[in-house]
Amino acid sequence: MSVTVSIPTPLRSFTGGQDTVELSGNTVGQVLDGLLTAHAELRRHLVQDDGRLRNFVNLYLNETDIRHLSSTATPVHPGDVLTIVPSIAGGAPSTTTEASLSHAEILRYSRHLLLPEVGIAGQRKLKAARVLTVGAGGLGSPLSLYLAAAGVGTIGIVDFDVVDLTNLQRQIVHGTSTLGRPKLESAEARLTDVNPNVRIEKHETRLTSQNALEILADYDIVVDGTDNFPTRYLVNDACVLLGKPNVYGSIFRFEGQASLFYAKEGPCYRCLYSEPPPPGLVPSCAEGGVLGVLPGIIGSIQALETIKWIIGAGDSLIGRLLLFDALKLRFRELRLRKDPSCPICGESPTIRELIDYEAFCGIGAEPTYAGPEITAEELRREMQEKDSELVLIDVREPHEWDIAHIEGARLIPLGQLPERLADLDGHAEIVTHCHHGARSMKALQLLKGAGFSRVRSLAGGIDAWADRVEIGMARY
Amino acid sequence: MTLRLSGGLLEELRREAEQAYPAECCGVLAGRGSVTKDVTRLVPVTNRRTDDPHRYLISPDDLRRITDDLHQEELEILGFYHSHPDHPAAPSAYDIEHAWPWYSYLIVRVSGGRAAELASWQLNDDRAAMRPEPLDVFSEV
Repeated sequence: MSVTVSIPTPLRSFTGGQDTVELSGNTVGQVLDGLLTAHAELRRHLVQDDGRLRNFVNLYLNETDIRHLSSTATPVHPGDVLTIVPSIAGGAPSTTTEASLSHAEILRYSRHLLLPEVGIAGQRKLKAARVLTVGAGGLGSPLSLYLAAAGVGTIGIVDFDVVDLTNLQRQIVHGTSTLGRPKLESAEARLTDVNPNVRIEKHETRLTSQNALEILADYDIVVDGTDNFPTRYLVNDACVLLGKPNVYGSIFRFEGQASLFYAKEGPCYRCLYSEPPPPGLVPSCAEGGVLGVLPGIIGSIQALETIKWIIGAGDSLIGRLLLFDALKLRFRELRLRKDPSCPICGESPTIRELIDYEAFCGIGAEPTYAGPEITAEELRREMQEKDSELVLIDVREPHEWDIAHIEGARLIPLGQLPERLADLDGHAEIVTHCHHGARSMKALQLLKGAGFSRVRSLAGGIDAWADRVEIGMARY
Repeated sequence: MTLRLSGGLLEELRREAEQAYPAECCGVLAGRGSVTKDVTRLVPVTNRRTDDPHRYLISPDDLRRITDDLHQEELEILGFYHSHPDHPAAPSAYDIEHAWPWYSYLIVRVSGGRAAELASWQLNDDRAAMRPEPLDVFSEV
């Protein structure tokens, strides 16, 4: 009794034309050895130099691929049939780094092709490249525009927001005609107008620990254009776990930063900032403002680093943190070192999967909105009824007061409030307000701590007031 | 061996390759083989490689199914065809590395979306290269 080995047509010339060979053995491996001993010519077609099966050679024991059993150690029994099944593979000489260019593309990219550092080879690499930009906002705008114009073949964008009037001062991929539309749609229309050869892959979702690895895995390089710490740590950790480069950029008011984090060759974001700042310490652009041209500069640097990385030209920002001060018009550079004790890319990492980044950054633990509030409509009614008894304190900054303010309010910026408590009547009923409600709540806590008992905060700030009570008031 | 097939089948092959462009198409050359390989049918196969438009893969499961189906009609697999978008109808290093002996590998170049030249190849026994295989195209009357 023995095992029957079924020989496929292409190999029959090596078995004297036989379509089956009878062999004995206890395992698939032993039967295979017997086959190769009996018909030595088969060896080079079935196994590699190291003795392992070639990857396009499949062995089925009866009806099951031996890879689903115990591979060559799978036991065999008399009467079993071992079938050799080819998988057929091949393809044009092109690899992913060699996309071909049409005549129209050659003309379009002629100024690139004239640069020896780019040339046809570099331009093909750009066409074959898959870049993911996280965010289609301030940084994502110039970044995606330049990547599209440069001929990056596939640009993925993650965003779930809609275009708002306050975006247009800096988010140049969007326009007045796309107000209210999803940013992904708006960006796709503009980018494919810039370069119809580019494929835009839209991910209309918030990047989370659940979907990040799946989304990022499909791309060669990731560009972080986010404006919050949880997403920044998420992007960093996902890139380290997937072994992908992360082009970092951040902006605030008049200052920006950029670097290229690539844990295989240098430090990651956690090597630079192992812990996020306490929540509320660093205001977002929506709270602190940003000069519109600043993301244009930092986002363009990110596009530059992405393109250099794809074509392999020049010195990258790996291990360097670039700092830019727009008011002084000064660039500075810090050397970054890989931290051997980094919890994700160090010598003995403790983070091996994505975590809860909101919790890590202390979001949710923040003591915001923990006080009595008053709605804009109630405030108007009470102001009309009680008239002079109610004290309305505007805790915003003077330049915000100049944009718009509520008639009858007193301006005491939050920073000055502790020194000006003496100006306030301890018996008065007080309402604090700011732009959206966050600073106002801090002011309320401060006043309560100083013994003022009748204090409420205007929910939604002056923005809610302008939206629902004083229609026509300027909003910002 | 000589690969024999009709002009009509070649036309079918060119159209399939043009439709797949800029991706590659692939499939099975089915027929009977003795002194010559007489192709009587093309069996298009789903390309299992979706990650790279310049690669094709026919899975062993697909191949077993097609072999069984053809066996019902007393036909066998004589070889495979695939397209080379914007590249010559000659085997790439990757083609040679993955080739099986005896089978015919018919390659058609698609140039900017239009099918151009085609050629059939066979693997040398030492696996070092593929040699051109004579192609006999007859017209059906």
